[in-house]
Amino acid sequence: MERIKYSELRSTPKLWGLLAILGAFIGAAALTVLYIEHHGHIVTGMNNQIVWGVPHVFAIFLIVAASGSLNVSSIGSVFGKQDYKPVARLSSLLAMALLMGGLAVLVLDLGRLDRLIIAMTTYNFKSIFAWNVLLYTGFLGIVAIYLYAQMARGVHSFALKTAGMVAFLWRLALTTGTGSIFGWLVARNGYDAAIMAPLFIAMSFSFGLAVFMLTMIGTCTLTNRRYAVELRTRQARLLGLFVAVVLYFTLVQHVSNLYVVEHQAFERFILLRGGIYTWLFWLGQVFIGGIVPLILLFHPRLDVKKGLVILAAALVVIGGLIQLYVIIIGGQAFPLEIFPGYEVSSSFSDGIINKYSPTYLEFVLGFGGMALATAITIIGMKILRIMPVNLSDENVDITQV
Amino acid sequence: MSKEKIANLQRRNFLKSGAALASVTLASGVTLMALSQGAAASADPNIRWGLLIDTNKCPSDCDDCVSACSNEHGWENNGLLTDPQWIRKVTLKDKQTGRENSLPIMCQHCEKPPCVDVCPTGASFKRADGIVLVDRHICIGCRYCMMACPFKARSFVHEKVEGQKSYSPRGKGTVEGCNMCVHKLDAGDGTTACVQACSASGNGAMIFGDLNDENSEISQALANYPSVELRDDLRLNLGVRYSNI
Amino acid sequence: MKRLLVLLMVAFTLVSTSTLAGDLYPDIPKATGKPHPEGNEYMRINHMDMLKHDRDTVVRQGVRDEDNSLAQCISCHVVKDEDNKPVTIKSEEHFCRVCHDFAAVKLDCFSCHNSVPTTPLQSSALYPHSNTELDGLLAYLEGVAK
Repeated sequence: MERIKYSELRSTPKLWGLLAILGAFIGAAALTVLYIEHHGHIVTGMNNQIVWGVPHVFAIFLIVAASGSLNVSSIGSVFGKQDYKPVARLSSLLAMALLMGGLAVLVLDLGRLDRLIIAMTTYNFKSIFAWNVLLYTGFLGIVAIYLYAQMARGVHSFALKTAGMVAFLWRLALTTGTGSIFGWLVARNGYDAAIMAPLFIAMSFSFGLAVFMLTMIGTCTLTNRRYAVELRTRQARLLGLFVAVVLYFTLVQHVSNLYVVEHQAFERFILLRGGIYTWLFWLGQVFIGGIVPLILLFHPRLDVKKGLVILAAALVVIGGLIQLYVIIIGGQAFPLEIFPGYEVSSSFSDGIINKYSPTYLEFVLGFGGMALATAITIIGMKILRIMPVNLSDENVDITQV
Repeated sequence: MSKEKIANLQRRNFLKSGAALASVTLASGVTLMALSQGAAASADPNIRWGLLIDTNKCPSDCDDCVSACSNEHGWENNGLLTDPQWIRKVTLKDKQTGRENSLPIMCQHCEKPPCVDVCPTGASFKRADGIVLVDRHICIGCRYCMMACPFKARSFVHEKVEGQKSYSPRGKGTVEGCNMCVHKLDAGDGTTACVQACSASGNGAMIFGDLNDENSEISQALANYPSVELRDDLRLNLGVRYSNI
Repeated sequence: MKRLLVLLMVAFTLVSTSTLAGDLYPDIPKATGKPHPEGNEYMRINHMDMLKHDRDTVVRQGVRDEDNSLAQCISCHVVKDEDNKPVTIKSEEHFCRVCHDFAAVKLDCFSCHNSVPTTPLQSSALYPHSNTELDGLLAYLEGVAK
């Protein structure tokens, strides 16, 4: 067994080609931002009923995945699983990159982008949004320190463990904060549930690990490095477990809502008669993002091969985006119940399912955020010794497991 | 309103105008303070402005309050989903009995407004006299207040705005909503555009006044007739009340 | 910091006007109404702080002082075109733009506020203090007399 060595990514045409493609995505998103900034949100599909749209789906996905992808680091240094340590650096880097990508989308969708400085200097501490601004920026700082502790020579193991613990607790707070953006909205039937926070934490575990595995496999393929099969399989099984946990929380979310008469109409909407939202929920979130990955990862006849892992992780990502679409857009599409027991109608869409057709601009912005996160990760791997060189099965320490 | 009461009101308006720029001694022991033109009073914490809407008196084919608001503040609803609506008429039909009625909804000026709680910058705030406003100088356009409002009282400005009224500025990328005609109240009008239009139409379905003043018309009406607040399950203690829903 | 920049700008302009025959100095449009008691130089350096202070007292506390309102600034400093119509902020001739363009300082007021004088309130004259005060005074005197 050799000591794990790390190295920067080498400059190859493939790497630069990939960065150029990502740059094109980022550039398109930048142009989109200028376009929306100039014309106003009228050019997007968002309106006065669906006030948060596709950009928020992407932004929240990236933010949730960011905190989740740090888990690999935490498992290594907080929970002492030695076999996870060789990939811990990537986990920390990816967490920061994803958060930056997500925050960029969130911020670039603001109505007054030019006043970003106000968001960072004027706080209303009763607002979970304001708390999140601090949680997000704090996360970047803490993970940066954590990454330094992981990479620097001669860092005491106690210091590393402490940094890991702080980062782990911080990320739990961060995802709780993100979930509470919705969980604390008492006005709407689709939100207003304390389960949002733990649901979001479960989602972060699942989405974060899926994105991590895709990044790891992608980078290893691109740069001819090895991703120990033993470790990959173990992480894939863990991903399967997380997917099951998300399904469990989703089940609890809907069953407990069904128990509350007030929320039954909303549940009928999402689960039975919501048209696109019902399809997205059952086919997208539950089947594609949940059941299929579970079968792929746990079926006794299927070997957990690389292709299957990639497919399962990709489905988890797609299912995750769909789940957030159902939560964010579906929650707003259902009409507010201001007058229980009455049929209502007005010029302001009272009493009807709110219409939303996202324009391509919103997707360009969302994909731009994903491209930004990927580009930051690649640049990070290019200039820092993030990636292990010799992560073969023989070199993975599984003795402590 | 009796003549004496008008006098009282004006005296109160007059006395509450704080900053004294000139004082006049009328007789021994009586000192009057008067304001020069230009200086103004501030929002009075002893007042809580409110509205009472009698839906029995609100015909379903009348939207004078809506057009009055639109004219006063310069917003336009052309039927697009992105158009702002500070006030809207809602038609209700009782699912059990089939009875129909109609009423206007605008910002309910909650005592504990969810929009103020969620606003990250504090742009959404409540004035001392209970009016809930958006300070568009520091609104960043995140729309979280619109997510939080139980009444859909707020709109986001999706397009560039031109030709605003000087007393009611509005602009692209910020959130807006009913401000209880705060410019009129600060000028001492003691009423709002929608209420004026409602009385002018002869329906008289809306009463505006100080909820804290037990002698005000609105407090008297609230004390003597049954009324409700919307979404009372949320315990937000609204400034707008409805009777005969 | 902003103030320092403005001071530098002003200093630069003064220097340049004396040395460069004044071509660079913006041609500031004349205003109507009484001159500022603080003096133009004071206003040039401090107007943004005064506006910011007033915007907060107006919006937050409801203290509407018409003499110091943005509407009043615009009313006195209006610039008219050949057809005698007030020019909006879209025109380079607009009072605010003349200096702001020169100093390359972004101007944000007019994304929400109107850049030309508008008609006063339909329902009441804009701040009819004199009347209410007079009525109030009369009512008070009536009360005292009783």
